[in-house]
Amino acid sequence: MPGLVNGVILRLTFRATMGRRRALLFALPAIILIAVAAVLTATAKSGSWQAEFLGDFGFSVVLPLTSLIIGTSVLGAEIDDGSIVHLLATPVPRAQVVLSKFAVAAALTIAFGAVPEYLAAAIAKGPASGLAVGLLAGALVASVIYNAVFVMLSVLTTRAIAVGLLYLVVWEGLLANLVPGVGLLSVSQYSLSVANSIAHYPALHAHLTLGTAAVLAVIVTAAALAIGTRRLSRFSITGDA
Amino acid sequence: MTRWYGNVVAVNDITMSIGAGVTGLLGPNGAGKSTVLHLIAGFLAPSRGELTVAGERSWRNPDLFRKVGLVPERDSVYSFLTGAEFVAATAKLHKLARPQAAAARAIALVELTEAQDRRISTYSKGMRQRIKVAAALVHDPEVILLDEPFNGMDPRQRLHMMDLLHDQGAQGRVILLSSHVLEEVERLSGTIQVIVGGRLAASGDFRAIRRLMTSRPHVFLVRSSDDRRLGAALIGSPAVSGVELTPRGLQVRAADYGTFTRQIASLTRNVGIRLREVLPADESLESVFAYLLAS
Repeated sequence: MPGLVNGVILRLTFRATMGRRRALLFALPAIILIAVAAVLTATAKSGSWQAEFLGDFGFSVVLPLTSLIIGTSVLGAEIDDGSIVHLLATPVPRAQVVLSKFAVAAALTIAFGAVPEYLAAAIAKGPASGLAVGLLAGALVASVIYNAVFVMLSVLTTRAIAVGLLYLVVWEGLLANLVPGVGLLSVSQYSLSVANSIAHYPALHAHLTLGTAAVLAVIVTAAALAIGTRRLSRFSITGDA
Repeated sequence: MTRWYGNVVAVNDITMSIGAGVTGLLGPNGAGKSTVLHLIAGFLAPSRGELTVAGERSWRNPDLFRKVGLVPERDSVYSFLTGAEFVAATAKLHKLARPQAAAARAIALVELTEAQDRRISTYSKGMRQRIKVAAALVHDPEVILLDEPFNGMDPRQRLHMMDLLHDQGAQGRVILLSSHVLEEVERLSGTIQVIVGGRLAASGDFRAIRRLMTSRPHVFLVRSSDDRRLGAALIGSPAVSGVELTPRGLQVRAADYGTFTRQIASLTRNVGIRLREVLPADESLESVFAYLLAS
């Protein structure tokens, strides 16, 4: 009976991802975010640093980086060391492989990225504040989309982390602020849009309307997962003859 | 089937038909054996030609794995799992009705029952090979593909694996295994397909292959106090089919290996030449394979 995800793969992926020493890296950006938020709350005077810091640092650095580390490792690590063959040499539909790993990546990113973002905002402005709730919503969206993209990247290239970093730094970091159209293809813009629709802070630098962002977000996520699945179904073992 | 990567043709126009029992795929490293196995397993698409396994195409056909088991060459498995967990997980991915029982049976076949609750990271290389075989057998496939399965196994493990594969073959399964060591393959296989440089060099029962290999003329490199005169003396013997003077010494082609080796010392002494060195010049597996290819 065709399902979207496969329980065996979910469990295997979770254990494999959390078991690596890399798992410690996941917590790092989150810890920094919460620590800085706490310090700034205690020491800062004026009122709008929260949106700037949490929006910029949280959405442009912590969330994307956490997604990158997690998203490229749930499938990428097994492709790199060849152990993916054991999974693929079974009748499991490739879509189930991609979707299951994506689900684990998104869930872990929510735990290590979105929740700390919310906690930091709650420390700064209060747990029920528009900022905290808005940022949580945006962070959930970001976790989902980023991981779809990074899982796809890890099937397309062995240099997924490098390509992902290029995308984050050059595309989202640099160009999005300089070239107006780029925002249409920027995951951080989609998520900031969602966040801003609840939080209403200009300092969040959200440029798209909610409607646009929502549609594009769905398209990008679906396309990324579809491309990843298609590529995985053509997975080839090259190398030693 | 033919498979190329850019300008390099890895497998060139190979046609073969493989049936029940054990077939060995023999050839030096880099010959294309893994490429052939991966083409059959559906992990490579032929650049040209076609390929069917049990009547179905293997490329982009994961359902075929219900009938096919693959033991890949690369060492990596999920090493944080225990042997039992790994084989059971594979059984569940194959949607077997009773995965735990199937896993236990497969693990017993490869004699890893005592170690099954230890993490694979603690296994020796031979044990990791065996657990991979267990995972490939757990769903009782008709076709089993093994890429260099004896790597890292000690003689006892190798013998046991051979018995296992022989039994599976005798039950009517199609077993294809690759190796670059003739001894590993000949004891086990009915038919051997020899692959050299991407081409099918020879195909047949191992005795025929061995005969081909031993009937090739042997080449020796001889160094003496006077190579030219020695060459002239040697060509007079019926055991010698050719001599050539090279900067490295006198290259002698011996038509009859036994007679030549018995006579070389006395032949040399009779003409008053001192023999310094006699070396077989082409004992490498590659030259043997190349000879098979050329013939």
